[in-house]
Amino acid sequence: MSTQDTHESASAAVAARVERRWATIAVIIIVMMALLAAFAGIHRATMPQPRVEIIDPSRLHLSGEFVESNLGSVLEANGSVTVRAIGQQYSFTPACIVVPADTPITLRATSADVVHGILIQGTNVNTMLVPGYISEQLMRFTKAGDYLMPCQEFCSFGHEGMWGKVKVIDKAEFANRAKGGGRLSCVGQ
Amino acid sequence: MLVNRKLILAHFWLAFAVFGIALTLGAWQMLIRSPIGTWLSNPELYYRSLTAHGTVMGYVFPTLVAMGFGYAISESALQQRLVGVRWAWAGFWLIVAGSVMAVIPIALGRASVLYTFYPPLIGNVFYYLGVVLVVVGSWIWVALMSVNLRIWRKANPGAPVPLAMFANVAGSYLWAWTAVGAALELLLQIIPVAAGLKSTIDAGLARIFFSWTLHAIVYFWLMPTYIAYYTIVPRAIGGRVYSDSMARISFILFLVVAMPIGMHHTFADPQVGAGFKFIHSAFTALVALPTLLTVFTICASVEIAARLRGGRGLFGWIKALPWDNPMMLALAFSFVMLGFGGAGGLINMSYQLDASIHNTQWITGHFHLIFGGAIVIMYFAIAYDLWPHLTGRELIDVRLMRTQLWLWFIGMIVTTFPWHWVGILGMPRRMAYFDFGDPAIAPQALSVTFSAIGGFILLASGIMFIVILARGMRAPQVDAGPYRFALAVHEPRTVPVALNTHALWVALMIALTLTNYGYPILNLALSSGTSVPAVYVGAQ
Repeated sequence: MSTQDTHESASAAVAARVERRWATIAVIIIVMMALLAAFAGIHRATMPQPRVEIIDPSRLHLSGEFVESNLGSVLEANGSVTVRAIGQQYSFTPACIVVPADTPITLRATSADVVHGILIQGTNVNTMLVPGYISEQLMRFTKAGDYLMPCQEFCSFGHEGMWGKVKVIDKAEFANRAKGGGRLSCVGQ
Repeated sequence: MLVNRKLILAHFWLAFAVFGIALTLGAWQMLIRSPIGTWLSNPELYYRSLTAHGTVMGYVFPTLVAMGFGYAISESALQQRLVGVRWAWAGFWLIVAGSVMAVIPIALGRASVLYTFYPPLIGNVFYYLGVVLVVVGSWIWVALMSVNLRIWRKANPGAPVPLAMFANVAGSYLWAWTAVGAALELLLQIIPVAAGLKSTIDAGLARIFFSWTLHAIVYFWLMPTYIAYYTIVPRAIGGRVYSDSMARISFILFLVVAMPIGMHHTFADPQVGAGFKFIHSAFTALVALPTLLTVFTICASVEIAARLRGGRGLFGWIKALPWDNPMMLALAFSFVMLGFGGAGGLINMSYQLDASIHNTQWITGHFHLIFGGAIVIMYFAIAYDLWPHLTGRELIDVRLMRTQLWLWFIGMIVTTFPWHWVGILGMPRRMAYFDFGDPAIAPQALSVTFSAIGGFILLASGIMFIVILARGMRAPQVDAGPYRFALAVHEPRTVPVALNTHALWVALMIALTLTNYGYPILNLALSSGTSVPAVYVGAQ
């Protein structure tokens, strides 16, 4: 072997070593990211919707959970609140959702026609509404006030006009309003 | 040796022509939905434009660039005349026919479904058939790349496949397989409904099929750019590739892990469970690996060039780089945008963080920065580098090239940074206009205005690009010599079979797709009661 070759193989070995070191760092970064996501998912239960539930969108208005009289917010016996809503071209029902502050809330929603989305500005509440399936999202508001709730998925020519609203009110006031039973909303207020 | 120059030029010219049209539409869209535009009396025009912009920029433009560049690589890297030239022209004309077929219903407002389709919205059947023709045309290219490599292997048994061709063929296989998702969605679900044979469709299943295509297609767009990073940039700036085998490993990793990760687009969807969402999230983290490796190898290759030019010191060598060379400039801009875009991408693929930006303007900002920025700026550089070899004429406007690249970079930053910001504020995507008079939306007005200005900077840069190439067609003739690719510091004399062939990796790509997609697809396909009535666009 000539000196030229020895020199070449020595420098190749150095190059390979540096490169391997970088590859190891890159792998560690990636494994750390995956572990952090798994930890947050398991330990803090922050994760996307876990379960799949189906529903027939052509019969939403006839019977079951999403008939019109059942839409809106309801105070459950355990103190939590369930909100049921549907999206259709080009509005949400109810168009204004009222919920109490500092309360665990379950949002259950679906679409009556095409794909829509619910996004509540200033929060992490963000879910797709796919016809045929029920979307469920847990939420909790710490600040009272009005939040805009646009449809975040293209749903045809009126998409730009599909904006709803979420009104977060004081917990006691909500309990007071919920006394009479029924489903609450802030439509027309 | 570039023999079929006309074929390659035809691909590039068609690519840049449709790019110019789609870019103009994009700038108009930015204007019309910003506070400086006036509200459209007919918002549907916006969605027509958006469908055309997305369809051209997503399916037609990058595919033609990859094809033209692929033919150029095959002839010049393998030193072998392209076999199947007639087939190649057939593929080209299929793309022309498909594009025309798709654009007519879009222009008539009969297919304003956006390039992502998203049924149960259903447009005119010819729109979808046009897209299918474009894909079929590109599959001819995939087959030709494979055939040409095989012929070369027979003539050169056991020899290392040139890196550019190895990567090019990997990219073509990735495209062939990733297009299958949307093809299944179109052929099994959408086209029967659009043709009136069926009236219901499973919207959830369609979104899963589309996610199969939607993510890996990005890596197909990326392939020409990465090929340029490894095999053109070091040669153009007078350096060497740091490592040939690491380059091969990066391309192999793209082939294998770009595919089984698409469901990170469906984190917010109700039709997939948490388990598969997590698996896809973890696999998406993996796809950062080839990019991290590439950043290292290319930075090292650039440093080699700088030190060969007399650069000294820990960072002092950066000054020694040939900054007046458009290729150097394009690479630097591309890397800056790749860095910001990649960081944003880590947020998108995050199991938890995605919820805060899903389907907001952040996403639009993200993929414009990555695709329009990091990727397309290298398409410009590829064209500049290749043009004299294709036309036999010199590109003389070097100063104009630098201005064009600077404008593209500045335009992209001015467009996409405010775009990300309004996304964080919760501004939704794909809306024809916003009511900036609403006190809750008013704070976003300034950012949207900046984005619109950025859009017009990009348009100016795009026009300059086309002018430079057009002027190059009439410049003085020059012998550009053979088209060459960068050499590695240690050129491989032999390459392990695993790094010289694709079969094992293609098998792994298919296997991982089946494990990561098989169950969710079968589960949805076999469950009854999830099909919903189609909603025909333009029929109202």
